[in-house]
Amino acid sequence: MQDQSTPANMTAAPVAGAITIKNLNKVFDTGSGKVVALQDINLTIDEDEFVSVVGPSGCGKTTLLTILAGLATQTSGTAELRGAAIAGPRRDVGVVFQSPVLFPWRSVLENVLLPIDVLRLNRSEFVPKAEALLAMAGLAGFEKKYPAQLSGGMQQRVGLVRALISEPAMLLMDEPFGALDALTRENMNLELQRIWMETRRTVFFITHSIGEAIFLGDRVLVMTPRPGQLKLEIKIDLPRPRNLEMMASPEVGLYMRQIRECLSAKGGIG
Amino acid sequence: MRRLVFPIILSICLFVGLMTAWDVSIRLLKVPSYIIPGPGAVFWALYNGIATGLYWEHFKVTLTEVVIGYGIGLGLALVLGSLIAVNRKVEFYFYPYLVMFQSMPKVALAPVMIVWFGLGLTSKIVNVAIVCFFPLLVNSIVGLRSTDPDRINLMRSLNASEWQIFYMLRIPSALPFIFAGLEVAIVLALIGAIVAEFVGAEHGLGMLIQAMTTTLDIAGQFSILLVLSLMGLTLNRIVKMLGNRVLFWDSSRRSQKLDTKI
Ligand SMILES: Nc1ncnc2c1ncn2[C@@H]1O[C@H](COP(=O)(O)OP(=O)(O)OP(=O)(O)O)[C@@H](O)[C@H]1O
Ligand SMILES: [Mg+2]
Repeated sequence: MQDQSTPANMTAAPVAGAITIKNLNKVFDTGSGKVVALQDINLTIDEDEFVSVVGPSGCGKTTLLTILAGLATQTSGTAELRGAAIAGPRRDVGVVFQSPVLFPWRSVLENVLLPIDVLRLNRSEFVPKAEALLAMAGLAGFEKKYPAQLSGGMQQRVGLVRALISEPAMLLMDEPFGALDALTRENMNLELQRIWMETRRTVFFITHSIGEAIFLGDRVLVMTPRPGQLKLEIKIDLPRPRNLEMMASPEVGLYMRQIRECLSAKGGIG
Repeated sequence: MRRLVFPIILSICLFVGLMTAWDVSIRLLKVPSYIIPGPGAVFWALYNGIATGLYWEHFKVTLTEVVIGYGIGLGLALVLGSLIAVNRKVEFYFYPYLVMFQSMPKVALAPVMIVWFGLGLTSKIVNVAIVCFFPLLVNSIVGLRSTDPDRINLMRSLNASEWQIFYMLRIPSALPFIFAGLEVAIVLALIGAIVAEFVGAEHGLGMLIQAMTTTLDIAGQFSILLVLSLMGLTLNRIVKMLGNRVLFWDSSRRSQKLDTKI
């Protein structure tokens, strides 16, 4: 972490990025034939960079994330985290899944503390932090409730808070705000930006929303399906903290148009 | 208030009506009391049995057999079920035998158990454990295998060990199935104990029924049947209540997970 010269020009990749992917392919061998989920992916993500990924349904976003999380292996090519080949899940990587994946027998607070239990740390030390994070996610007063008593969007926010509790150096997020209404979603975007600016870390953020991708990302990656490929990379040059008014600026309009064009060349967003 | 009182009055009326119908019909049909006793004789036998402390003494024995055998059956089923659910090799080698035993009427083993373990408590406990074991084993295996793969992935992403995944995720996920098995098994446990006592015992309510055959005390037998029904009902209720308490989070609680025959 310390050996970085933090260049102002982000395109000049440092020696070992937080995430380095080279010539990566993933083929699923299903009974009815082969599905090329990822084809020749090359990607470097810098330490503390926020990278958004957009692409239509089925283009391989989740597949790429599960490989980075160490939950699946690529068919060929290399994927490295901080210079080390990914051999399995790591403690410094937090994952927010596409569905909330809560344990129904644990209360909201206990669900948030699950990573602490797994790490065999002292629960009580983390309770204040869990409560603060829950309040930030608009879930104050719900600590003792059980997942079945929450709406889908609230469950998703619990999943997000759970990923933040152990302060992983890297966050992999799979459409964390997909189930939220527009207003809550904007608030969560602002909160996520604030958290990220406070405690910088590498974020790999999958979304279906082009606006969200631009609002949050230092860089936006655009993927296209069949076979899943990285088609476009756009560096987002907007000052931080970003606010919602910026989203109406001509620069953002230009980014949006570029991404849309890239996606519609392949049949539009799913 | 009326809402509460009315059903109570109705069920009392129904009970009295049924008893009267029983009493009247055996008098009219002139059924001898050594074939079907009247309700008066049954309740008199019940009163006598309880007042002399005789039923209580044997009740304790049968209850002990049921509870200990049930516990042992559950423990064994959980251990073996876990091994089979987690380890494909164990399943490969052991499953054929289990299927074979599963399709066998386990109470038929009772005479063998008496030969092996004698007339005392042990043979009854073993018989109860065997009878309980299979529904619990099958439900444990199915339950432990039903773990949501997304949840397993979550645990893996948190770097959980297989052991942590097992006790923090697989066991709680299996609990609805295990409790469904426990509800079936508690009824079977009582059957197992009584059958084993029939075959050969010195104490227990089953032995008492058997002994009453020789004296043609049919009223006494009916009164013990009543005690046994109440015992079965109470045990079943306790298991159900325990299940509702442990599985407060399970929204599909009402649906039975698996039907298992004796
Ligand atoms: N376990 C699997 N077995 C077979 N095929 C799979 C498997 N997982 C994913 N695929 C296929 O790989 C492709 C990419 O799937 P993936 O889940 O990565 O898409 P996605 O971009 O995350 O889509 P969405 O936006 O809908 O979540 C799809 O065509 C899917 O059918
Ligand atoms: Mg996906």
